[in-house]
Amino acid sequence: MTAATTQQPPVSRDPMVPRPFRVVASHLDTDDTVTLSLEPMGSDPLVFAPGQFTMLHAFGVGEVPISICGDPTRPDPLMHTIRDVGNVTHALVSAEVGAVVGVRGPYGTGWRPGDGVGGDLLMVAGGIGLAPLRPALLEVASRRDEYDRVVLLYGARSPADILFEDDLRRWADECRIEVAVTVDYAPPEWDGRVGPVTTLVGRAGFDPPRTLALVCGPEIMMTLTANALLGRGVAPHRMRLSMERNMKCGAGLCGHCQLREFFLCVDGPVLPYSQLAPLLDVREL
Amino acid sequence: MAEKSILDLCGLQGLIDALQGRGYAVLGPTVRDGAIVISEISTLDDLPRGVADEQDAGHYRLRERGDEALFGYAAPVQSAKPVFFPADEMLWRGRRGPEGGFTVEPAQPQPSPVALLGLRSCDLAALSVHDTVLTSRGLVDARYAARRADTFIVAVTCADPAGTCFCASMGTGPRPLAGYDIALTELLETEHRFLAEAGSPVGEDLLAELPPRAVTSDDTAAADDVVRTATARMGRVLRTDDMPEMLYAQARSPHWDEVAERCLACTNCTMVCPTCFCTTVEDVSDLSGDVDERHRVWDSCFSQEYSQLHTNFVRASTGARYRQWVTHKLAAWIDQFGTSGCVGCGRCITWCPAAIDITAEVDALRAASQQTAGGQHAQHH
Amino acid sequence: MRSITELLHDSPFFAGLPDPVLEQLAGCARTARFAEGQMLFSAGQPANDFYLVRHGRVAIELHNPSRGTITLDTVHDGDVVGWSWLVPPYLWTFDARAAADTSAVEFDGACLRGKCDADPALGYALMRRVSHVMYERLQAARVQMLDMYGAPM
Repeated sequence: MTAATTQQPPVSRDPMVPRPFRVVASHLDTDDTVTLSLEPMGSDPLVFAPGQFTMLHAFGVGEVPISICGDPTRPDPLMHTIRDVGNVTHALVSAEVGAVVGVRGPYGTGWRPGDGVGGDLLMVAGGIGLAPLRPALLEVASRRDEYDRVVLLYGARSPADILFEDDLRRWADECRIEVAVTVDYAPPEWDGRVGPVTTLVGRAGFDPPRTLALVCGPEIMMTLTANALLGRGVAPHRMRLSMERNMKCGAGLCGHCQLREFFLCVDGPVLPYSQLAPLLDVREL
Repeated sequence: MAEKSILDLCGLQGLIDALQGRGYAVLGPTVRDGAIVISEISTLDDLPRGVADEQDAGHYRLRERGDEALFGYAAPVQSAKPVFFPADEMLWRGRRGPEGGFTVEPAQPQPSPVALLGLRSCDLAALSVHDTVLTSRGLVDARYAARRADTFIVAVTCADPAGTCFCASMGTGPRPLAGYDIALTELLETEHRFLAEAGSPVGEDLLAELPPRAVTSDDTAAADDVVRTATARMGRVLRTDDMPEMLYAQARSPHWDEVAERCLACTNCTMVCPTCFCTTVEDVSDLSGDVDERHRVWDSCFSQEYSQLHTNFVRASTGARYRQWVTHKLAAWIDQFGTSGCVGCGRCITWCPAAIDITAEVDALRAASQQTAGGQHAQHH
Repeated sequence: MRSITELLHDSPFFAGLPDPVLEQLAGCARTARFAEGQMLFSAGQPANDFYLVRHGRVAIELHNPSRGTITLDTVHDGDVVGWSWLVPPYLWTFDARAAADTSAVEFDGACLRGKCDADPALGYALMRRVSHVMYERLQAARVQMLDMYGAPM
């Protein structure tokens, strides 16, 4: 007898090997943010749930986790909104139409906005945090009648940093989504609100006991928003936050993204505030 | 079929020969550079005969035993972890192609099957922990699974635990519990022999190939005695019945920063830990930039970059990193995988250049937690 | 035409104060209208007023020679503007400009201070409300100072 032979797992299932996607469009959203549209090369479109992310790979540079921002019912092309903040993101925002990038995933938990059906749905976005919420907004807009009030509160750094302005208009005008936008800094010609997005929570039109809240932005923005929502009477388990940490694999194998017992790439990135609250106020956890 | 048998020294050599005959590369303990390390063996002469080790916090020495024991020492410098989970392995190789494209060729290791001889119960338990971490969840480490698939394990009862050992506390030893094909207990009294017990059909099959020798009640009594003696001689104890809550509750303890005053964040503990599995990825390009290899390499939660988020580090302080390691290993691991991440091998204590002792630090944290609890109790009355 | 007391009664800021108290406060108030672009007050000028915005939008601005005019905050329906009338030396620190046509209730700060001094219970009730708004504005200012969405530093 020879050593027992075991079937090797097919390599296509190897979570660490990227699939090539071609850049079919690159849209400059703001002076440091680009939305890339990607098409798979010789493989199926990547089906995803709102809130999930992929690992995007720039050849010879490296790989980063980026949330998917496109329409979950139309996953081809695959869309990501990327901010130029490091080597890899710089290479990605610089990718021209026709270039190839590597894609792994999709990974992680989603927003599951459907859990808010029958009640009010509140989405609070800060900065580029609007991008991961966009698939949820598109899904909700397509099934708008299943919800009562749908509210989007969006805070940007300045008027020039506002993302998806066409979407914001369309959601407000055509989809009965109450959209309120505020900026932290504004020139005098700005005719909207100035102040942090948390200040919008106090008077936004939603019924707290019947509200599911989806919150996405920098961690400090999310915890301040969660506090404001607590003040309005939204239960912690009805608030969902999308967490960000260092990620190398996206598959729960590399260890980097741990927040105590959570692998944020597998158990998150979207987690209920009831589970996050005891962890977020411990420094350097 | 043979579930139990007695092997003499010839029988043990026969076991090695039989494994090689079945196509296994046989790995076992050897002496190199003044330490016990796992490497390829083919005869009993390759094993550390009459060698023992002294291990204590920040201390490791080999010494003469004055007998002929082949397994008379405790945990080797490394566990079997690097055998299945190399410190550096290529994941894929990419080649730049025309029109801004590139192609990816996954690395597909075709490992030759490995037989491990003389695996300690702690390291056997660690292997099972690694199997859970890397292959039992949604996404599987395919290369680990491929290497692990055809393994044959000859475990050994630890007869002479070191000062840093606490497998008895962790319920992982000193007798191999599960996951082996054959378990040996080395018996030195009256005649140098090994009680061999099969733990799998393949193990039974292989034992049946060797010259049969019946097991007497003296043999089993002698083996039980080895276990009893070893259990009594464990150098250290770790209490874990209050995990994970105790460590979770100590997240803000000042004790983490006290440890950090000694900890060098050198990553030694994570490198020798048989269950630490954290990795990072590195891209290696050739000079032309046309060929790019992606490698997965061991990483450590003690390094600053491990927790890098944009230009900041989530765990900037050494105290936060020590807290992460200990809390993950002993507490969060239970929530994540249903088992402790510690198997009681003691390597993190032995190989810490600052002699930091996880069992002592956990005791200190627990003492602090009981003081806090007592203080609150007093305030209520 | 609704009375000032009624206007106060319906505003979130004064909500919960009994009508006799609101009538006392209304004695210090009158209605005011500001066309878009008109200044409610300017930095460095004596701070005599306190405003409750009924409808419209007021921008709190800072003009800096090197950075031009920056809007620090906007105030909307039901919000109050201005607390320099409470704190010596009673001078405005920022500019307030009507960013849209705005109707407001304008209080005489000296009159309000007089009523608060004369009736500490009224003063306490008013100060609690003012301090709550000041707290929220301070929180907001601190959050803005973080520049949460700025380039990672």
